[in-house]
Amino acid sequence: MPTKESDEARLRQAGRRRRARYALVFLILLLAFCAITVLNINSGSVRISLPEIARILFRRTGDAAQVSIIWKIRLPRIFMAAILGGALALSGFLLQTFFGNPIAGPFVLGISSGAKMAVALTMIWFLERAGNASSAALIAAAFVGALLSTGFVLLLSRRVASMSVLLVGGIMIGYICSALTDFLVTFADDANIVNLHGWSLGSFSGMTWDNVAAAGTIVAVALALVFALSKPIGAYQLGEAYAQSMGVSVRRFRVLLILLSSVLSACVTAFAGPISFVGIAVPHLVKRGLHTARPLVVIPATFLGGAVFCMFCDLIARTAFAPTELNISTVSSVFGAPVVIFMMLRRSGRD
Amino acid sequence: MDLALETKDLAVGYGGRPLIREICMQIRRGEIVTLIGPNGAGKSTILKSLTKHLQTISGRVLVEGTDLRTMSCRRLAEKTAVMLTERVSPELMSCWDVVASGRYPFTGRMGRLTHADEQIVMDAMRTVNVLELAERSFAAISDGQRQRILLARAICQKPEILVLDEPTSYLDVRHKLELLGLLRTMARQKGVTVILSLHEIDLAQKVSDKILCVKGDRIAGFGEPAEIFQDARIRALYGLDAGAYDTAFGSVELPKIAGAPQAFVISGCGSGIPVFRQLQKDGIPFAAGILYENDIDCRVARSLAAETVTEKPFCPISDAALERAGQLMAGCERVIVTDFPIGPCNERIRELLNKIPAGKLHRTV
Repeated sequence: MPTKESDEARLRQAGRRRRARYALVFLILLLAFCAITVLNINSGSVRISLPEIARILFRRTGDAAQVSIIWKIRLPRIFMAAILGGALALSGFLLQTFFGNPIAGPFVLGISSGAKMAVALTMIWFLERAGNASSAALIAAAFVGALLSTGFVLLLSRRVASMSVLLVGGIMIGYICSALTDFLVTFADDANIVNLHGWSLGSFSGMTWDNVAAAGTIVAVALALVFALSKPIGAYQLGEAYAQSMGVSVRRFRVLLILLSSVLSACVTAFAGPISFVGIAVPHLVKRGLHTARPLVVIPATFLGGAVFCMFCDLIARTAFAPTELNISTVSSVFGAPVVIFMMLRRSGRD
Repeated sequence: MDLALETKDLAVGYGGRPLIREICMQIRRGEIVTLIGPNGAGKSTILKSLTKHLQTISGRVLVEGTDLRTMSCRRLAEKTAVMLTERVSPELMSCWDVVASGRYPFTGRMGRLTHADEQIVMDAMRTVNVLELAERSFAAISDGQRQRILLARAICQKPEILVLDEPTSYLDVRHKLELLGLLRTMARQKGVTVILSLHEIDLAQKVSDKILCVKGDRIAGFGEPAEIFQDARIRALYGLDAGAYDTAFGSVELPKIAGAPQAFVISGCGSGIPVFRQLQKDGIPFAAGILYENDIDCRVARSLAAETVTEKPFCPISDAALERAGQLMAGCERVIVTDFPIGPCNERIRELLNKIPAGKLHRTV
């Protein structure tokens, strides 16, 4: 018969093991982050040696062209991949919490595509009239588009309880939005087509420090809010009814979740276009790694994981077939889709 | 009177349409109230309305005198804990995590557990005997174990009112008894008010202070078990046309086989019960006698036998009973005699034994 002391000792030991695991996962993610950052700065069509890079970064001196490549092209791009990757993974995590299903994500539910369509419309409108479109307008458009798609998915979810029908509905909404976007792109001015086409397939190229500041601010605020919501998110993992019985005001919480996940995925789409599978694959891998769903650890780890994943994908997109650059979705799908398939197999095996 | 919960002319249902109306009940602190009634009668609907999971249609629910509608979810969570029938399958949550979620209303902004919280979680798990499951994944344990984990979760919320929807549905008999014993202890020692629904009416009778019968669009009865558990009431509540329900023991018997008796059973003191049940299973109509009305065989025979010849307790066997038993025996193909004691009261049973027609006698030991 286990005594009170032996029980406590056992649980304390389990707690220590758990915390050690969290620490290990965070350590690995941080190391990966640093390694990929260095690799990203170091690789590209213009080769710059490591000591040279260090000098350019820390003293800002050296060959003017190289300084400009690193400071104006590579660094903003790296920051953007990190910020938007984290945002996308977090958006996926929020949607998974909302729908109580690990296969929900901004891309499969058509939210990214809705944002994409709204952004394309706005871009064409502005490019034809003013010659360029402001970040604020694009983000606002993406947010509206994301909310519209989410609204459709929510309407659908009221009528059908089945998650698979919901996913099919989301994918269909995604296709409709993509088709409309393609239609717009086809009939846009020749001058805009190159721009629009590259963007509508997803890419981190051409990011500026202004973009970094805008995206960074929005994502930082959203991340802080999500983190502040980690307590009700934890309660909601037991389902709506139990969450309510614990004192969560469920209606307000659901609205907050949808708004935050829409802001996050809209921000990504506005700057980099739709990026597939990050929102599903990263939270899943991170939760498996941590072996827990506790939001307090999963939220920061997911953000970090998303950043690493997107920086890694961007690195491959830039270097695999250099000088030709791949779309970011091409790479993220190759790595993300198998994870999703694996997840579905595991789930159907268990149920 | 120290009322924990009161409903006044409450109507509950879905989508604005009332399913059950005019629910009036007063529940005192530390009472156990059980909702019984057939499937789909609306037991869960009533429970969900009491916990604010379902909007009430009209009337009022007062929790310790405060109207439920003016009470925030947070305030309600500090007073009541629930255990629901809906399945939860959280990903990657350990049993400890699930139980610890019961501390939610009492933890700080980020929901971190203090040492005191951890002690409460541990005590709750120990009370329900699930501490050894603490590190297991909630998704990987059995339905019965999950039910006990959810009970521990409800307990560690330290509620004043505990609402449990069919808490025993997946439990084996030992854990059913443990759970109900635990509820009684909590009600008696800590003054926790318990409202639950049960399908096992025998257990409902034994654990409850009050019973609420749910059937049709009104409440079919609310009162103490002694008042509710009467043969006719229970039969009407569940629409028992076939089979029998014994209100004293809460046991059920399958429907009796109709027709002219083919076998006659002479037994006593419980020795006839296995014979009656076997005949019922084989589909053979039978008669039994002569049984004293206070004999346990008599209770079962009345449920299963086509005809039972009885005698008043502690009286010598009358001529009338002997004659009727003889008639029935003559019409049967066989007579089954069990091993039972014969004393001064029932010694005339020997006269019946002597009258058994040759070749029809079957003895059981």
